[in-house]
Amino acid sequence: MPILAYRDALNQAMAEEMERDDNVYLMGEEVAEYNGAYKVSQGLWDRFGSRRVIDTPISEGGFSGIGIGSAMVGLRPIIEFMTFSFSLVAIDQILNNAANMRYMSGGQFSIPIVFRGSSGMAGCLAATHSHRLEAIYSHFPGLTVVMPATAADAKGLLKSAIRSDDPVIFIEHENLYGEKGEVPEGDHLVPIGKANVVREGSDVTLLTYSRSILNTLAAAEQLAGEGVSAEVIDLRTLRPLDMDTILKSVLKTHRCVIIEENWPYCGIGAGVADRIYQEIFDELDAPIRRVTAKDAPIPYNRKLELSMLPTVERIVAKINDVLYRKA
Amino acid sequence: MSQVQTAPRTIVDRHKAVIWLRQMHLIRRFEERAAFLYQNQKIGGFCHLYNGQEACAVGSIGMLRDDDYLITAYRDHGHALARGMDPKPAMAELLGKSTGCSGGKGGSMHFFQAEKGFLGGHAIVGSHIPLATGVAFANKYKGGDQVCLCYFGDGAINQGSFHEALNMAGMWKLPAIYYVENNMISMGTQLERSSAVLDLTVRGGEPYHMPAYRVDANDVEQVAEVTQRAITRARAGEGPTFIEAITYRFRGHSMSDPQKYRTKEDMDKAKLRDPITLWENRLLQRGWIDESSLEQMREEIRDQVEAAIEFAENSPEPGPEDLYTNITVAPYTPQESD
Ligand SMILES: Cc1ncc(C[n+]2csc(CCOP(=O)(O)OP(=O)(O)O)c2C)c(N)n1
Ligand SMILES: [Mg+2]
Repeated sequence: MPILAYRDALNQAMAEEMERDDNVYLMGEEVAEYNGAYKVSQGLWDRFGSRRVIDTPISEGGFSGIGIGSAMVGLRPIIEFMTFSFSLVAIDQILNNAANMRYMSGGQFSIPIVFRGSSGMAGCLAATHSHRLEAIYSHFPGLTVVMPATAADAKGLLKSAIRSDDPVIFIEHENLYGEKGEVPEGDHLVPIGKANVVREGSDVTLLTYSRSILNTLAAAEQLAGEGVSAEVIDLRTLRPLDMDTILKSVLKTHRCVIIEENWPYCGIGAGVADRIYQEIFDELDAPIRRVTAKDAPIPYNRKLELSMLPTVERIVAKINDVLYRKA
Repeated sequence: MSQVQTAPRTIVDRHKAVIWLRQMHLIRRFEERAAFLYQNQKIGGFCHLYNGQEACAVGSIGMLRDDDYLITAYRDHGHALARGMDPKPAMAELLGKSTGCSGGKGGSMHFFQAEKGFLGGHAIVGSHIPLATGVAFANKYKGGDQVCLCYFGDGAINQGSFHEALNMAGMWKLPAIYYVENNMISMGTQLERSSAVLDLTVRGGEPYHMPAYRVDANDVEQVAEVTQRAITRARAGEGPTFIEAITYRFRGHSMSDPQKYRTKEDMDKAKLRDPITLWENRLLQRGWIDESSLEQMREEIRDQVEAAIEFAENSPEPGPEDLYTNITVAPYTPQESD
């Protein structure tokens, strides 16, 4: 199987889907002539031309709305945000228009659109440029929220997102663009709404997604050396959440830690933990623990920024907690 | 920079002219009855009536082809009816019934009718202007010659969405028509308290490289003429047009507005130029209608609206199971429920 970087897997997904369906187009800032701020759209403008790969002015609200309007009459836009931080400028379009249109119109207008782009604390970008907005978007009925962690999933989930008839928030991670992995050729589709058990284990369930998968796997590996068998699940889709896979695992391990780069309060982990409690409280041998970003704006200083993130050390500590284990 | 249209010219035939009169009467009657139902608490929420602005919608939509698109803000009953929506599903929507044009989930501010290219009523001021631009983008992308006609109020011009959308439409020569219904007020704020310039064609035309027209929208025929020019330009691939339609709303901003900000004298003066009366008189002068055909028309419309009310009243409410329908195309399960 070919080895591709996450960035190139995304590129391949877009190229294949644009090849397959003329209604698919890519729009955003610097996506065409500049080949993308993060080079995800490298070569697409050369290949597909200005009709289908469209540079916009810096008008996130405007071009998001253009995407939604075009989707109302049959096109299937991919709207790139240079980073998801900038989607805040377009949030009215995404939440009021894309998420509600089908409902408000009594089912007459669906919005097959993908909003995609980078996100996360990627190194000294400070408070305005490091946002992770999945908790906000996952809150809203009508949206689908997808966050791939691997190159293979980046391709397979993006292809599924483009084929979805509903608005999909597809949040990439800036630090994953260079991560390499095996990526199936051709029509590789990863279903939306399905989590992936990336490491099997029997003592504790670790739920995570996006970049945190890397540190979570490292923590699991470290504890394996100490005789702890951790199951690691990549959630992949945050809305709708794959509760079946989650419950199946926690019913087996009876312990759970949730790891994310989000803020803790009203975050993804808080919502997921509550859903587990509601379903199988009696099966738990310990309270669910969460490893999240620290509850502060994101600092510029590199050391402070790193201290925000779920490190292997922090993850291991919480796993030990739920196992009532002394480190 | 605007071109002002003043002299009325005959630009429609008798058949169409009478249809337009009928549509304007239908809208007026529909709104009057909606007001009554609102006062009787049959209609909830915000309900914005179109009285006084009928010619804005009728004269412009009247020039569209069946395969064109239109989209508007929350003051949307008139546009829907002018596009030929049956008053029954329109009234049923106001009453929140499942037979409503949006299945009872949109209400007064969110009328939709896909089969007529009516892309909604939208209630976030200015938010639908990029949508219209996207529809025009899609028309061009697909290589068709349909246009998208986009209505909004004078208040909406102050939103960033307006400027972002018009900039891209002008740059990309999209087949859109941006049509501000300037009733000189947004809610309770007079135009001079919301806009640095009072001639809105200055804000919407030249800055975005499109022609702008200002038109007396009490005159349905002038509206039609200007709209036709914009349509011709859009179909020819020459790009968008900005139209400023000068109008007046005869009722409050919404049904809950006591209208303390204007006087009865202002209103009486405006009503001297009621677009329906003006059009009626012109058609009488042209000998295209007479008193008896007018009386008959009014009676038919009264019956039509009463039938719509009856239909709406007798229609079922959406059931509890409808809460979760039409959220997504993919099968939808609520993330949590009791
Ligand atoms: C973003 C936003 N801000 C405020 C409102 C509340 N609001 C609804 S209509 C309106 C006035 C709009 O006036 P205008 O655009 O002139 O339209 P008109 O009512 O005159 O048709 C306001 C302030 C809203 N719906 N959306
Ligand atoms: Mg107004």
